[in-house]
Amino acid sequence: MSSCLETVHDYGLRALGIGERILPKTDITLCEQVTLIGSGMLWNIYFGVLALAAGFFFANALAMAKAARSPWLRRPAELFIFVFRGSPLFIQFFLAYEALVLLPRSGIEFWGLTLETSWLTRAWAGALIVLFLNTSAYSAEIFHGALMSVPRGDIEAAKAYGITGWSRFRRILWPTMLRLAWPAYTNEAIFLFHATTLVFFSGFPAYRQKGDALYYASYFAEKTFNPFISYPIVAGYFVVLTLAVIALFGWVNRRLNRHLPGARRPRLRIRPQIIR
Amino acid sequence: MTAGTCADPATLEGLAWLGCYLSTGKHMMFYASFGTVLALLAITAPLALALGFLGALASRARLLPLRIIGKTYTAMVRGVPDIVFFLFVPIALDQGLEYLRHRIKCPDWTEPVRRGADFVVCPAAKLPLSSTPQIWHEAYGFALAVAAFAVVFGAFAANVLAGAMNAVPRAQLETAEAYGMTQRQITRRILIPQMWTYALPGLGNLWMILIKATPLLFLLGVEDIVYWARELGSAKTSAYSFPHPDWRVWYFLALLLFYLGMTKLSEVLISRMTASLARGQATLGGEARRKAAGA
Repeated sequence: MSSCLETVHDYGLRALGIGERILPKTDITLCEQVTLIGSGMLWNIYFGVLALAAGFFFANALAMAKAARSPWLRRPAELFIFVFRGSPLFIQFFLAYEALVLLPRSGIEFWGLTLETSWLTRAWAGALIVLFLNTSAYSAEIFHGALMSVPRGDIEAAKAYGITGWSRFRRILWPTMLRLAWPAYTNEAIFLFHATTLVFFSGFPAYRQKGDALYYASYFAEKTFNPFISYPIVAGYFVVLTLAVIALFGWVNRRLNRHLPGARRPRLRIRPQIIR
Repeated sequence: MTAGTCADPATLEGLAWLGCYLSTGKHMMFYASFGTVLALLAITAPLALALGFLGALASRARLLPLRIIGKTYTAMVRGVPDIVFFLFVPIALDQGLEYLRHRIKCPDWTEPVRRGADFVVCPAAKLPLSSTPQIWHEAYGFALAVAAFAVVFGAFAANVLAGAMNAVPRAQLETAEAYGMTQRQITRRILIPQMWTYALPGLGNLWMILIKATPLLFLLGVEDIVYWARELGSAKTSAYSFPHPDWRVWYFLALLLFYLGMTKLSEVLISRMTASLARGQATLGGEARRKAAGA
C-alpha cells in the first residue's frame, strides 16, 4: 500500500510534468495505471472546462448573429457554424496544427514588438483554440434553435408591458433561450469532454510524454499488450466525469426552471451525439 | 516537343508540373483511399443499423438478462468517449479471436497465453497466419476497424431506435393486443413499420456523425485519407522527383472541403427523404406537406 502512495507521489501530476520523468516500462502495476491515467484526466478537464467557459460567450454572440436580419452578420455566422459542425474535429485538429506550424518560427514583428508563435503549436494552446471554436459552433446552433423556439406569447407580453430593446433581450429573451437550450447544452458539454481525448491523437505531439488520460491508457495497452485493464480505467474516469457534469448542469437546470410548476420543468436527458 | 513529360518533372513548370504531380502513383493511392472511406461507410452503416436494431429490441425484451444486455449496450456510449472504444474493440477482438483459435487448434499448449507484457498464442492460431500474403493482413485490419465502427455506431443506433420504438403511440400497440395479436406479431407488424418515421431524424443525424467519424480509421492503422495526406503533404527534398515544401496544410484543407461536401450532400438527401416519409403521416410534417400540396 505504501508503494502505491509512492507511485501517486511520483506520477500523480506527471501529466503536468511534475514528478518522475520516466514512465513505468516494465512490471507495470495496477496502481501505476490508475495514477498515471488519472493525472492525464487533468488535461481532459483543463481542455473541457476552458473551451466550454470561453465557448459559452462566443456561442451566444454567434447565435445572435445567426438570428440577425442583416446578412453581414448572419452569413459569416452561418458559414462559421457550418464549417465547424460539418467537418470532423479530427481533421480540424490536423489542419490547425499544420497551419500553426507554418507560422514563422522567430515570431511575428508587430509595431516593433515580436509576437512569439511557438507556443501556439503546443497542445495546451493550439488544441484549446480548436476546441473553443468547435464547441462555440455546436453551442451556437443549440442556442439559435432555442432562440427560434422562444414562445411568441412571451415577446408579446413583454411588448404589452412596454419592455423593449436591450432590457427585453436581457430580461425575457435571453433567459428563456438559455432555459430552453439547457438540456441540449448539457449534452454538448458532456461530449465536448469526450472529444478532448482526440487531442493527442491528432497531430499535436505530447511534449515530454505529457498527455491526457487516453494517451496514457494507449501507452499502457501498448506496453502490456493488454487492453482489458487500461481502457476500462479511462472508461471509469470518464463515467465519473460525465456524472459530475450531469450533476452540475442539472443544478443549473433546476435553477433556470425554478419559477415553473414541477410538471412543466424539463428534465435532462442524455442523448449521445458523439464524435464531431 | 517543347514541354517536358511527366517522366522528367524537373523540366516542367506551373500547371503542367502540378498536373503531373497530382497524377503520380502515390496520389492515385491517395485518391483510392477515398474509396476506402466510402467502403467503410457502405459496410458499416447497414451493420450498425442491424446491431442497433438488435440492441433496441433487446432493451425492450421481457427476459431480464436479455434486457440487461440491451440496456448496457445502449448506455455504454453515453458516459465513455467513443474513441476509447475505437482503440479498445480492435485489440480486444483480435486477442479474443486468437485466444479462441489457440484453445481449439493447440489444446496441448500448456504455457499461459499472457506472460508478463506479452500475449503469446501458438503459431497456428495467429490471425491472419504469418504465411498469408500482405493483402490479407490489410483486409484483416480493415475488418477489425469495421467491427469497431459497427459496435460503437450500433450502440448509437440502438439509442435512436429504442427512442423511436417508445415514440410509437401506445394506442396502436394496445389496439393490436385487443385484436389478440401475440407480442411477436405486434412487434413485427405494428411496432417496426411505424417506428421508422420517428427514427429517421435521429438516423440521419447518426449518418452525418458516421461520416465525420471516418477519419478515425487513421487511428486504427488503416491507410486512409489522413494517412496519405500526411504522407504526401510532408516536405519533399530534391531527392524526390517532385520536391516541395511542407504542404500538409493544403492536403488537410482538401480533406476538410471533402467532408463539408459530404455533409452538404447528405443534408440535402436526408431532407428529401424526411419529406417523402412525412407524406400521409399524422404528424406536423405531414400536415405541412398536405397544406403545401393543396395550396
